[in-house]
Amino acid sequence: MPGSKVTRPRLDQPFVIGSIDTLTGPVPLVPTELTWRDRRGGYRRRWGIGRYTHTVDPGLYAVGAPNDLSPVLVTANYKLTFDAVRRTLVGRDIWILVLDTRGINVWCAAGKGTFGTEELVSRVSSAGLAQIVSHGVLILPQLGATGVAAPEVRRRTGFRVVWGPVRATDLPAFLDSNMRATPEMRAVTFPLRDRLVLIPVEAANVLKLTLAVAAGAVVAGGMGPGWYSIARALERAPLGIAGALAAIVAGTVVTPALLPWIPCRMFAVKGATMGLIAALLIDVAFLGAGAPLSLAAAGVFAVVGSSFAAMNFTGTSTFTSLHGVEKEMRLVMPWQALGAVLAAGLWIAGGWY
Amino acid sequence: MAGLRYLEDVITLQFDVAKCTGCQLCTQVCPHGVFAMDGSRAKVVDRGACMECGACALNCAFGAIEVQSGVGCAAAIIASYFRRGGEVSCGPDDTADAGSCGGLSGGCC
Repeated sequence: MPGSKVTRPRLDQPFVIGSIDTLTGPVPLVPTELTWRDRRGGYRRRWGIGRYTHTVDPGLYAVGAPNDLSPVLVTANYKLTFDAVRRTLVGRDIWILVLDTRGINVWCAAGKGTFGTEELVSRVSSAGLAQIVSHGVLILPQLGATGVAAPEVRRRTGFRVVWGPVRATDLPAFLDSNMRATPEMRAVTFPLRDRLVLIPVEAANVLKLTLAVAAGAVVAGGMGPGWYSIARALERAPLGIAGALAAIVAGTVVTPALLPWIPCRMFAVKGATMGLIAALLIDVAFLGAGAPLSLAAAGVFAVVGSSFAAMNFTGTSTFTSLHGVEKEMRLVMPWQALGAVLAAGLWIAGGWY
Repeated sequence: MAGLRYLEDVITLQFDVAKCTGCQLCTQVCPHGVFAMDGSRAKVVDRGACMECGACALNCAFGAIEVQSGVGCAAAIIASYFRRGGEVSCGPDDTADAGSCGGLSGGCC
């Protein structure tokens, strides 16, 4: 600990506006206002544009003009998280200790252990924190508790962990009330806005699979009397593509948006319900334009595909348990597999009848 | 969280009140209000809301809490079928595209 080498984040990162001199050297200073560049990076990241890493250097940063009595907030080195924290600190003098979570947000990183006891203990040491503050307190985001054992941090660093609020937006109220979190600040919710923000990510996750299914349906659609006909494949293509699209829209957009209001707790069943509505809509739209077996195939696929996509939303949601999801999967996956085989069989048979 | 509750009968959370010292850490770290203080000791007040994240057990210095923790994520469970050891986690290692997500190139996180 004392005596070990102190390392600092780079001062030439685009969001650093200066530095604060300390006994252990200059600490990068960051503003509480986000620039258009910060915001553009956030949008690009959320929509999966570009593959550059969206990280900040781990280590100690300063906001305002902090001294040895100023609070220390600990966060992840995911740029969106770091930005969400600093923008709440308008007019405050605070230290921010950034852990190396490899560009992952606090909760996910804590689950993986990268936002964890080991990383925190070594970062407190490499930041020379004991020489910078005298109060011996670290404020951690509550969701970091999956990876950080507060009693062990105390034992190994001497710093006492105070569990801050779940959401960065509650930081001002938390700091102003002598570090006391209300039950609301401690509760993870999953409001409509949060669910909608995640839709592009969800859709992108199953996009490849959907495109593959649509392409497979188009190609297989050419089978029929006389073995194969490209004209038949093209004629049936719109219905095949509609079935795949119905599945992805019902499973990754409609189900997440309407999650609390769709009956049944199992996500796969919620997804199947929305998939059924989508199936009816496309079958009505294509009535007369497709053979009954083909319509049935597209409809069955919409139900099964939506069910599977919705089941994958368990990982994005904030309240499902490992053993609950395992139970759900045991119950529904045989039916999903059966439905997928049925949809494929009906679709191929639809070329003849 | 009205309307946002999940399957409750398979939760593995175990709390041994005899080992509780009343430090209150479990009531602070739980994201779903599973624990509350009952006098000088903690009490499980909403077991069904538990998402098995493991924060309470990790932060209980006295071993009063046990839970088989993991991520409630279908994609991670499917990924674990194809992995040696079969542990369920967000991305088994540091490579971006191994497992379901958590990598640098996207995913749920």
